[in-house]
Amino acid sequence: MNKAWIIAKRELNAWFDSLVAYIVIVAFLAFSGIFTWLAGADIFLRQQADLSVFFGVARWTLFFFIPAITMRLIAEEKRSGTIELVLTKNVTDRDFVLGKFLASLLMVSIVLACTLPYYFTVSILGPIDHGATIAGYFGLLLLSAAYIGIGLFASSLSNNQIVAFLLALFISIFFQFLFDVFADSTSGIIARLFDMLSAMRHYDSIARGVLDSKDLIYFLSLCFVGLVLTEWRVKQRR
Amino acid sequence: MDIRIEHLTKSYGVQKAVDDISFTVRPGEILGFLGPNGAGKTTTMKIITNYLEPDSGDVLIGGQSVRDGRMKRYIGYLPEHNPLYPEMNVIDFLTWCAQVQDVPAHLIGTRIREMVRLCGLEREKHKKIGELSKGYRQRVGLAQAMIHDPEVLILDEPTTGLDPNQIVEIRALIRQLGQQKTVILSTHILPEVEATCDRILIINRGRIVADGTPQTLRKQAQGHQVLHIRLEEADPDEAVKAIMALPTVAGVDLLHVEECRLEVQSKPETTSNRAIFDLCKQRGWALVEMVPHETRLEDIFRNLTMN
Ligand SMILES: Nc1ncnc2c1ncn2[C@@H]1O[C@H](COP(=O)(O)OP(=O)(O)OP(=O)(O)O)[C@@H](O)[C@H]1O
Ligand SMILES: [Mg+2]
Repeated sequence: MNKAWIIAKRELNAWFDSLVAYIVIVAFLAFSGIFTWLAGADIFLRQQADLSVFFGVARWTLFFFIPAITMRLIAEEKRSGTIELVLTKNVTDRDFVLGKFLASLLMVSIVLACTLPYYFTVSILGPIDHGATIAGYFGLLLLSAAYIGIGLFASSLSNNQIVAFLLALFISIFFQFLFDVFADSTSGIIARLFDMLSAMRHYDSIARGVLDSKDLIYFLSLCFVGLVLTEWRVKQRR
Repeated sequence: MDIRIEHLTKSYGVQKAVDDISFTVRPGEILGFLGPNGAGKTTTMKIITNYLEPDSGDVLIGGQSVRDGRMKRYIGYLPEHNPLYPEMNVIDFLTWCAQVQDVPAHLIGTRIREMVRLCGLEREKHKKIGELSKGYRQRVGLAQAMIHDPEVLILDEPTTGLDPNQIVEIRALIRQLGQQKTVILSTHILPEVEATCDRILIINRGRIVADGTPQTLRKQAQGHQVLHIRLEEADPDEAVKAIMALPTVAGVDLLHVEECRLEVQSKPETTSNRAIFDLCKQRGWALVEMVPHETRLEDIFRNLTMN
């Protein structure tokens, strides 16, 4: 665990040093801000002091941003050969993968923390449901953990960042959107199965403020499977 | 800690890169690992450092298998292509390496200063690694390999890209480290092996073809005495005939007619110095040169690895 943290710290430093961090934060704020405050079903139209519009937008923003964050983490180490440098030091494959996970989760948390001003603004505009807001953010973090697992696995599959990015999008879109569509267009046990797999449904139930262990287990197991597959992929070099 | 390599085999697909290799390196010994391109040197080193897993066989360091990765902390490794993080500066990178290798926090500063001094990084230590010249990057690679003062050093072509001064210093450093540590280094520079290594191991197509000190390899390769001589006031053809007639001589080659240079090969277990000298005195030839000819390492290498 200590080793994972050393790996993660290096990754975070590199992220901030290269300005990528600031670009990602600004782009994320701009993207989710435009949709939350200006375009379409924006917050003013609803006449309600809540952040549900933001959460709806953030879910999609994260869907695109997380693969962009995770794509280089393993693919680039493989391309440049530094993975050999790290893994021949006193670090296990698991520490390596956990370090990358920790780094991505912290990056996403930092980005999400930068949207807290939205929350403060809305709470000035009217009485806000603090519970729902906390649940919303908590749901976003769980969703992020799951997508990071997918993103890291995609990154471990290729030496090419762009390929890793597209692969991550391709896998995530099933959970983000397609399973939900499948659930609606089928019936019976099949529909229930798709329903169970859809990240959207689980997210919605958390965002409503109901913390069901089913949803928690869903996101954590998605994340877990992603990380296990990533470690397995890293071991494949041998 | 000694390194014991037991029946190591590793294939990539159908091709056997390492084929049943066994050898032992003791502490205080520097092993020069030679072989033509694609012989399997890098593959063997990657297995020793637990980056790759062998198909069969094992590597024991201090009696412990490297397979579970727990021995990695005792190994310092310089990979062949010397991969480094270009966006980090030298000091940050070495600090990070020290942390990963479990150097106690209060020793990290001292170790880094030591490495910067030993590897001649003083002037470049605040630069980003990506901005360094190739030779300096190689020095950073050496520094990261030695930062935790490992018992075992595995260096894959350590002196590539270094300038002549630095090569001399690094060789001296390796020699000095080799007095207590166990060192394996691979190289294509044969004089380097003579200058730094106690022992040579030559592999070809994944198999060991020679193992021993430079002296013993020479002896094996040669098997008999070879002398180069130069005569004055002698007729070359007559000289060849007369020397050939000596009882200990197995063969004579005329190397240079005008200068009357000859190569004399003795029969196994015999020497011909005295007989040649006596012959020249008797015939009134002036023997102006007589040197024993050593087989060059290059020739030994060539003979063992060309097929
Ligand atoms: N990742 C890989 N996939 C497939 N084949 C490989 C791989 N790595 C090495 N090989 C093959 O294994 C053989 C041994 O390679 P290795 O790199 O160990 O040679 P080497 O002795 O280090 O050569 P050099 O002197 O050129 O560095 C070569 O034939 C090489 O093509
Ligand atoms: Mg090699």
